[in-house]
Amino acid sequence: MKDNVSKKVKDMQPSGIRAFFDLVLGMKEVISLGVGEPDFVTPWQIREAGIYSLEEGFTSYTSNKGLYKLRLSLSRYLKSRFGLDYSPDDEILVTVGVSEAVDLALRAIINPGDKILIPAPSYVSYGPVSELAGGLPVFIDTSRNAFKLKPEALEKAIDKKTKAVVLNYPSNPTGVSYTRSELDALKKIILKHGLLCITDEVYGDLTYDLQHTPFATLPGAKARTVYLDGFSKSYAMTGWRVGFACGPKDIIAAMTKIHQYTIMCVSITSQMAAVEALHSGSRNVEEMKREYRRRRELVVEALNRIGLKCAKPQGAFYAFASIKKTGLNSLDFSRRLLQKQKVAVVPGDAFGKSGEGYIRISYASSLENLKEALNRIELFLKGLPNRQAGR
Amino acid sequence: MDEILEILEKDCRLSNEDIARMLKKKPQDIKKAIQKYEKEGAILKYKAVINKELIKDGERDVRALIEVNIVPQKDVGFDRIAERIYSFPEVSSCYLISGTYDLLLIVEGKDIHAVSRFVAEKLAPSENVRGTVTHFLLRKYKEDGVILKHRKENERIAISY
Repeated sequence: MKDNVSKKVKDMQPSGIRAFFDLVLGMKEVISLGVGEPDFVTPWQIREAGIYSLEEGFTSYTSNKGLYKLRLSLSRYLKSRFGLDYSPDDEILVTVGVSEAVDLALRAIINPGDKILIPAPSYVSYGPVSELAGGLPVFIDTSRNAFKLKPEALEKAIDKKTKAVVLNYPSNPTGVSYTRSELDALKKIILKHGLLCITDEVYGDLTYDLQHTPFATLPGAKARTVYLDGFSKSYAMTGWRVGFACGPKDIIAAMTKIHQYTIMCVSITSQMAAVEALHSGSRNVEEMKREYRRRRELVVEALNRIGLKCAKPQGAFYAFASIKKTGLNSLDFSRRLLQKQKVAVVPGDAFGKSGEGYIRISYASSLENLKEALNRIELFLKGLPNRQAGR
Repeated sequence: MDEILEILEKDCRLSNEDIARMLKKKPQDIKKAIQKYEKEGAILKYKAVINKELIKDGERDVRALIEVNIVPQKDVGFDRIAERIYSFPEVSSCYLISGTYDLLLIVEGKDIHAVSRFVAEKLAPSENVRGTVTHFLLRKYKEDGVILKHRKENERIAISY
């Protein structure tokens, strides 16, 4: 009998992680620190703008590239915030979240066999999407360098088939970010080898201890950068699905070509809401950021105190804690923690082999939940046999 | 505003230790700062926000917003008259405002008669009160930033990337 599903798709079967996810979803009264989205509701004035646009009858398609008003607002915002010049006419594309933008960017640049360098552990989509586009993802293990991509490691991974680097900072799952000079060192290598840099900066606004530097603002980098960002995390707008891509005209045109056949355009309601977010949402972003930062201090301190070593994440809302001392692997640890104490976390190896030995803890959760969950994790660690006691 | 105050305004039951952890400070420094605010009167009180509509056996107070026109006194302006008025325990809030009247009061009583009696017997006859308009409050939707409705929360997917 003929196989219904293509070989390519069959080959991208996720690991055992799916079963664990199903276990979490099937269990009741779990405190979940496994959530990859804000616990805030979208600020009211943004929701109201969406509602108002519906009342006014804005229910049509928009331009493939996105509402001109939104692109213009984005262009102005990027100029005033970072001094970045992107023309609303042909250098900005509005996408269905950054997820779509990642897919478009990779499909737009990959020729069969091209290699895409991905610092790992990494967000889950970069590898599979590269493969679907006919490319070859090459993961650079950063676990020995505090999860930071070092220029030497980058250069070592480059060969003739290398086309681009995907740089996600602040990073999901590690929360690691880069200073301007660290980025500049990476940029030199990227330019030297004529590579492209696809940057996923969706957590950029949630950077705590340093100034977020968009890669494209580095001297000489803009022409080689596809800058991806979105509204999901900073404005608590995950469900609206709005992201955007900025880049050189030829790449944006190529991405738009794919986008117009596959997506057509982003929902107009969401785009109208996004305009309002840019217009009036910065106060909300700052407020949420302060809240995340406070939780971060609490969580990181508690994790280290109970014996799960964890560096302080510089951005996003994740702590990536080591469970190596327990002697368990990430999946076993997470499964047992779920069964014994009803706390859900994401096993680190969900983000690649180099994430083994870690768990991702999201602090996009209420203080009460975080405190209760951390207590339960402590109890769980105490209940492990001595060898695995974690201290 | 000091972040300690921002935290307390959201949840005043957090311990000094928790606040200290969140702000990377020492618990005794938090304690000191809070004591200072209390002493200065910047922090006046800690209380629970109660939605009385949901309290089954509780007495449900009647509330009224009362506009008061007053004749200002020489030298002391509105303040002394306001003081005479807000000192009544029935007055839960008192504001001096711009516009067509001078004071806005929120008055509470156990029923409509109690509030009416207060207006008729205490407030209106006051020497410097020129007139009052009483608005009985029918329903509370939101108070001091808190929406008085138990909303069904949109549950996030328990686990996601």
